[in-house]
Amino acid sequence: MRPFTKHTGLAAPLDLANVDTDMIIPKQFLKSIKRTGFGKNLFDELRYEDEGQPDQECTGRPLREDFVLNLPSYKDSSVLLARQNFGCGSSREHAPWALDDYGFRSIIAPSFADIFYNNCFKNGLLPIVLAAEEVDQLFVEVTAQEGAQITIDLENQKVTSPTGAEFSFEVDSFRKHCLLNGLDDIGLTLQQEDSIRSYEEKRMNEAPWLFLSREK
Amino acid sequence: MSGKTLYDKLWDSHLVQQRDDGSALIYIDLQLLHEVTSPQAFEGLRMANRKPWRVSSSLATPDHNVPTTKKERISGVDGIEDPVSKIQVTTLDDNCDEFGITEFTMKDIRQGIVHVVGPEQGATLPGMTVVCGDSHTSTHGAFGALAHGIGTSEVEHVLATQCLVQKKSRNMLVRVDGELSPWVSAKDVVLAIIGKIGTAGGTGYAIEFGGTGIQSLSMEGRMTVCNMAIEAGARVGLIAVDDTTVEYVKGRPYAPKGEHWDMAVEAWKDLVSDDDAQFDEVVVLKSEEIKPQVTWGTSPEMVIAIDQPIPRAEDQEDPVKKEGYARAWKYMGLEGKTTLADVTLDRVFIGSCTNSRIEDLRIAAEVVKGRQVASTLKQAIVVPGSGLVKAQAEKEGLHEIFEAAGLEWREPGCSMCLAMNADKLGAGEHCASTSNRNFEGRQGFGGRTHLVSPAMAAAAAIAGHFVDVNDLVKH
Repeated sequence: MRPFTKHTGLAAPLDLANVDTDMIIPKQFLKSIKRTGFGKNLFDELRYEDEGQPDQECTGRPLREDFVLNLPSYKDSSVLLARQNFGCGSSREHAPWALDDYGFRSIIAPSFADIFYNNCFKNGLLPIVLAAEEVDQLFVEVTAQEGAQITIDLENQKVTSPTGAEFSFEVDSFRKHCLLNGLDDIGLTLQQEDSIRSYEEKRMNEAPWLFLSREK
Repeated sequence: MSGKTLYDKLWDSHLVQQRDDGSALIYIDLQLLHEVTSPQAFEGLRMANRKPWRVSSSLATPDHNVPTTKKERISGVDGIEDPVSKIQVTTLDDNCDEFGITEFTMKDIRQGIVHVVGPEQGATLPGMTVVCGDSHTSTHGAFGALAHGIGTSEVEHVLATQCLVQKKSRNMLVRVDGELSPWVSAKDVVLAIIGKIGTAGGTGYAIEFGGTGIQSLSMEGRMTVCNMAIEAGARVGLIAVDDTTVEYVKGRPYAPKGEHWDMAVEAWKDLVSDDDAQFDEVVVLKSEEIKPQVTWGTSPEMVIAIDQPIPRAEDQEDPVKKEGYARAWKYMGLEGKTTLADVTLDRVFIGSCTNSRIEDLRIAAEVVKGRQVASTLKQAIVVPGSGLVKAQAEKEGLHEIFEAAGLEWREPGCSMCLAMNADKLGAGEHCASTSNRNFEGRQGFGGRTHLVSPAMAAAAAIAGHFVDVNDLVKH
């Protein structure tokens, strides 16, 4: 996994509450068996006028002119400013894959849906919860000035606004550690093999019916 | 010290390791797999040269993009016309073969929607931890199991380690008191709950559903309620184990037998919240106040009782709600309409992991029996949740009732719930759907979904618009 330490980038304001995972990446693109290539279909229905198809070339598709990522000034954004309950709905990891593939490194919102929030960390994408007023201020600053950039410092758990205002944010120490170092958490869990084995042994005595092999 | 909630007990019995930062390693008893969220997980295992920790803990079946017409189904995977869908289903078959995982393939009568198949086979048991790369895994909480949806990286993590890194959620109790009114079902109950607490109301919580209104539900009804916990933002929905649970599990193919059965039943008696357990949040609904529900907008919380007017954006005080309502009104094409009876329906879908079990189909059949679907309808389809549900329905002659009334009888799968196969809405079309999400574009590009119970969907199919099923059956 790509580490996340400090990032400064252009911020795109997506002023819409309850953005669900169907909006982030519609279902027809979930048929891919790969983890990459979803960026061109990120927010497909909000971004294009027509219905997108898997494996379709997207340059030349009619754009919804008013959608934030279609505005020339936000095209190369790497920080997404969003509203409450971002990422609600399905567990599809294709949603963070699409955000990552487009070029986003972080999403800032007043709240996130649980599964989406969790999925982001597995993909080097940092979801940041700030107070609603702080997110409001970032929206104001980012829309006031073209090319406004936000800096995110994971080590110090700090967001710096385009005008220099600083906001601190919370993040679980384990997730932070993995993200800072780009660690694959499967490898880390496997270091606990002994604990897992001894749990299994104990559990097999208490509840042996949970360990029967299933006939086909 | 106060007692434990059911969630606390399930958490404690699966705790492998508690970490200082509050996160923990939790042991997973059952992982259900389907074709959409597993290919990248298996690929990850291969790349890292890892093997599944315990193959007997996994059960797989393709569901999301399997076709539901007889024509496409007759030759199994080879019959799938969409080449991209075909690759995904074939990939699941290949991965299960390679890693030795039990799979109910498209040709197996046990194939169906993962959340229908697991309980039907007795693979889902009380006291288990159950995960699946699908947010509606909360369904299995109906058995007093700790069940939730995970992303693909976590699917891979569970395959490789049998564990998940988790942080404990807070406890919420949603109590439904009293007896439900005629034709008011589990679906109406859960939609009313979501209407009350909102789509983010349960975020960060494990919700236990309790009270006499929940206890009186069958296991299938309880699954419907837990299925939609995620629509209230809670990854986990739970219902305490009682005789109804034990009776349902007994005798199922993968349920414990003999001495193991007796041991299990004894252990399951503890799968209830203690009388003195403390919940962080308690929400109470009165059954008598719950009427048949219909969603009008593009979020499950945008829901009203059938006799209520559609709420208007201009009447909302909260600016976020006002904006959301205005957007939903526009998307749903509600201008000039005051109630949901004013909405002319184009399609009706009875199916999905929420409502495709035998009791759902029986109720829908009871409503349409001897009646005809409205001539204004383009299509009404009934999609059973599994091959076994389909077989049972056919044994009872339900398919003949549906077909005589003008509904199509299909093969099992997720179908129009998320429209990854050919079953979808056209732009602007309104659908009465027994599924779980009414997001923009969910059932097809530009499609307009209204979530309802099977009885209400059946009544809507007959009337061509929404109607209180109580009024329809009187005539």
